Amino acid sequence: MARGNVKREKLSIVKEKPRKETFYFDYSLLLVMLFLILFGLIMVYSASYYEAMTTASIGDPAYYVKKQAMATAIGFVGMYVVYRIPYQTYRNLGYIPYVLCYIVIFMIIPFGYEANGARRWIDLGGVIRFQAAEPVKLGMIVFFANFIYGYRKKLNDFRTMVIMLGLAAPVSILVWRLTENMSSALIIAAICVVMIFVASKDYKRYIAMGLAAVAAGAGAVYYIVWLSENAGADATGVRGERILAWLDLEKYASGKGYQTLQALYAIGSGGIWGKGLGQSIQKLDFLPEAQNDMIFSIICEELGLFGGIAVILMFIILIWRMAIIASHAADLQGSMLVVGVMAHIAVQVILNVAVVTNTIPNTGISLPFISYGGTSVCFLMLEMGLVFSVARGIRVTNYDV
Amino acid sequence: MFVRTYQKKKILFFAAASIFLLCALLGRLIYIMAVRGEYYSQMATDLQEREREIKALRGRILDRNGVVLADNETVCTVSVIYNQVKDPERVIEVLCEELELSEEYVRARVEKYSSRERIKSNVSKEVGDRIRGYDLAGVKVDEDYKRYYPYSTLASKVLGFTGSDNQGILGLEAVYDEYLTGESGKILTMTDASGIELQEEGERRIEPVAGQDLVISIDANIQNYAEQLALQAYEAKEAENVMILVMNPNNGEIYACVNVPEFDLNNPYELTEEWAGKLTGGNTEDNLNTMWRNGVISDSYEPGSTFKIITAAAALEEGAVSLEESFYCPGYVVVDDRRIRCARTTGHGAETFITALQNSCNPVFVQIGLRLGVETYYSYFESFGLSTKTGVDLPGESRTIVHQMEDMGNVELATMAFGQGFQITPIQLLTTVSSIINGGTRVTPHFAVKAVDGEEETVFEYPVTEGIVSEETSVIMRELLESVVSEGGGKNGQVEGYRVGGKTATSQTLPRGNGKYIASFIGFAPADDPQVIAICIITHPQGVYYGGQICAPVIRQLFENILPYLEEENYNKQTEQG
Repeated sequence: MARGNVKREKLSIVKEKPRKETFYFDYSLLLVMLFLILFGLIMVYSASYYEAMTTASIGDPAYYVKKQAMATAIGFVGMYVVYRIPYQTYRNLGYIPYVLCYIVIFMIIPFGYEANGARRWIDLGGVIRFQAAEPVKLGMIVFFANFIYGYRKKLNDFRTMVIMLGLAAPVSILVWRLTENMSSALIIAAICVVMIFVASKDYKRYIAMGLAAVAAGAGAVYYIVWLSENAGADATGVRGERILAWLDLEKYASGKGYQTLQALYAIGSGGIWGKGLGQSIQKLDFLPEAQNDMIFSIICEELGLFGGIAVILMFIILIWRMAIIASHAADLQGSMLVVGVMAHIAVQVILNVAVVTNTIPNTGISLPFISYGGTSVCFLMLEMGLVFSVARGIRVTNYDV
Repeated sequence: MFVRTYQKKKILFFAAASIFLLCALLGRLIYIMAVRGEYYSQMATDLQEREREIKALRGRILDRNGVVLADNETVCTVSVIYNQVKDPERVIEVLCEELELSEEYVRARVEKYSSRERIKSNVSKEVGDRIRGYDLAGVKVDEDYKRYYPYSTLASKVLGFTGSDNQGILGLEAVYDEYLTGESGKILTMTDASGIELQEEGERRIEPVAGQDLVISIDANIQNYAEQLALQAYEAKEAENVMILVMNPNNGEIYACVNVPEFDLNNPYELTEEWAGKLTGGNTEDNLNTMWRNGVISDSYEPGSTFKIITAAAALEEGAVSLEESFYCPGYVVVDDRRIRCARTTGHGAETFITALQNSCNPVFVQIGLRLGVETYYSYFESFGLSTKTGVDLPGESRTIVHQMEDMGNVELATMAFGQGFQITPIQLLTTVSSIINGGTRVTPHFAVKAVDGEEETVFEYPVTEGIVSEETSVIMRELLESVVSEGGGKNGQVEGYRVGGKTATSQTLPRGNGKYIASFIGFAPADDPQVIAICIITHPQGVYYGGQICAPVIRQLFENILPYLEEENYNKQTEQG
């Protein structure tokens, strides 16, 4: 398709409504997402009611689930709006999403709000409060999809890759340093790298980059172990201790290893069939962040191995459906939008489950759609709106989906 | 433009890689839940299930008349639960003040991340109630029992005391711990992380079983009186220590076991004033062990002339001497090349065996000992039970220290015959003398009579060996020893209106010539049918040091008081019935 056709196509989508019967709508993706969200609400209630009930300043067992339901409702409206807007519209935005990302990040300086020991929230007069990193993820996905679309003829140039990495790096670093959110910084970096990877033809460079990252990680772990043996665990700092705790949870059971160990207790005590919905003991203040980053362990405790498998299967279906949509998208921009969202969700699910099962060192990552967190669920649904919007552009008659 | 084929491939590549990783994590999940599930499950239960111990009430210790010698009082244990503490600074402040602890100590415990941290136990109920009154979140005051000894020093070295967990540490408290302790109960509850019990999970409760009361043979009145007498002698003679042991010679029940200075059972880890004055050097632990030591059982000494009772009994039993046999004492006796002197250096002159015992004449007993010979004398030593422990039911009994038979020559035998050159414990001496005067039955000296558990009683039985000496020898010995008191060196032990038998002793402690003595007197009454036997030992008295002059009066005063009392109580009849 030539570039000249694009504007016409965009216009035709807006104007020619009678053609909508040929639009594709991915009902299975919607169902899986709805399942995850509703399941998430139930699990947030189950995991949080005890803490909410026994915390004097809250006192309402449904406190968390109410807030989550509210954010979900807002997310639904947002998702529908995004779904209705033709994504091609965003092509005209150019660098605006990228600049907006910076604005959001820098808003943390005047409007920063600290909770749980980290200044990650932006508070606008107490009315709106959100985690700064979440809109940045969305902004970067939109921006990179545009950018890749714009560079579609030079995607295999080494220079293009360098430019894109150069654009992604400062955002990621600022999220890490300014909003004190290393895991979000990692996810943003991962989203950008995946998008660049998919867009370009080359494998070798990315595999080399991946291997280099693994090697650097392993090197860091060896260095920290070496340092702790020679200069003591304290010399390794907070992140160092997390890594040491990862290697020997029980030694750090009362410190950095506490949360993960409690999560393992929860998972392990679930057994094959689980204790039954609502029956978790570990959520009774033993496991910090039970409704948040560690909710997967409560799912395993209450619903057992089969509950855990079911959740992971749902995410596999979700990823698979998005991969189908991305590869059948009407154009590269749409495809890249879906790839970005897919990368976001996939990376976050993998990291979350890996942390909860102590497969990697502990870092605060929530489980998409399920963990408590209004900003996260809201922006995830906006991202899903993009996916549905892209899916809508697929003509069923032309493609075998 | 459409999505290119290579891009589609890459999309699928990424999706497949993600799914592969998720499947790998699924594998890990299966490993954790199915393979390691039991382990983590157990760890979780250990964490979630709180086991609270319900302490069993420790059994009391009662004297033979039911007087409570060791009791329990309510005390409190103060602890903090980290997760529940709301205002740590206030908690630290209050606990420092009320418990009189350093801020550093309290802070370390309050700020320690643990499910429950004990700050102090054995806090008086009064202070515990006051701390409760502050109503501080996270501070727990649990009631508990603490051992309490109403007479604080009475029979301290016999009763012993308990440790912080109410376990017996010393004395009867330690020996009969299994009877006294009982079984602690348990409350098993599921809790949340703050230790708040979960009602819906229910609780399992195992009730504690209280310990049994221990009834001992001590008579608080006799013990108390003996202690007073011992203390008087201790002060008057500025002695190192004074020991009095009062026993029933027929069954080994000990009525009193005194060892002044005693210590305060309610503060066993503090040196009493007397002990603090005596024990100036040394480390605390050694000093405490010295203070707690029961010399009657744990310290052996050279008995001196009281041991002539044993030599006399052996000689009579063996037929090696007759009562009217004549001896001559020039003030010394030569054995091999050694000249052994008599206490009266000018000599007793001509005397019979009876008067020799009354005079406590060493040369005569040397001759008798030599007549018996090493082997015979040694066999009596053993058959009288002197080479073994008495088996008294207190820990730390010392063995007799004596030459091996192979090493004994005439000189060693000669000195042993009048009570020197070997060491035995006071309780061993008194037990052996008991068996000689009670008709020849060796009894086991003991304190514990029975353990009472509600209606049920466990009566303790002790080994008895009969025929140590013949009945005839026993009768003769009683008469001889009565004559020692009525006519000989023990006349200070005479109690008006009673027939008392006895023997005095004065021995110089090693090294000879240091001017330090141990004076003693053994007395029993009534002489024809002994119901009570007692020994008084004064270690290192100042001034007059003869047993007949300083110890016999102590036993006399004791008997003056307790003989009418014992007649009234009629203990023997009681125990015979029991």
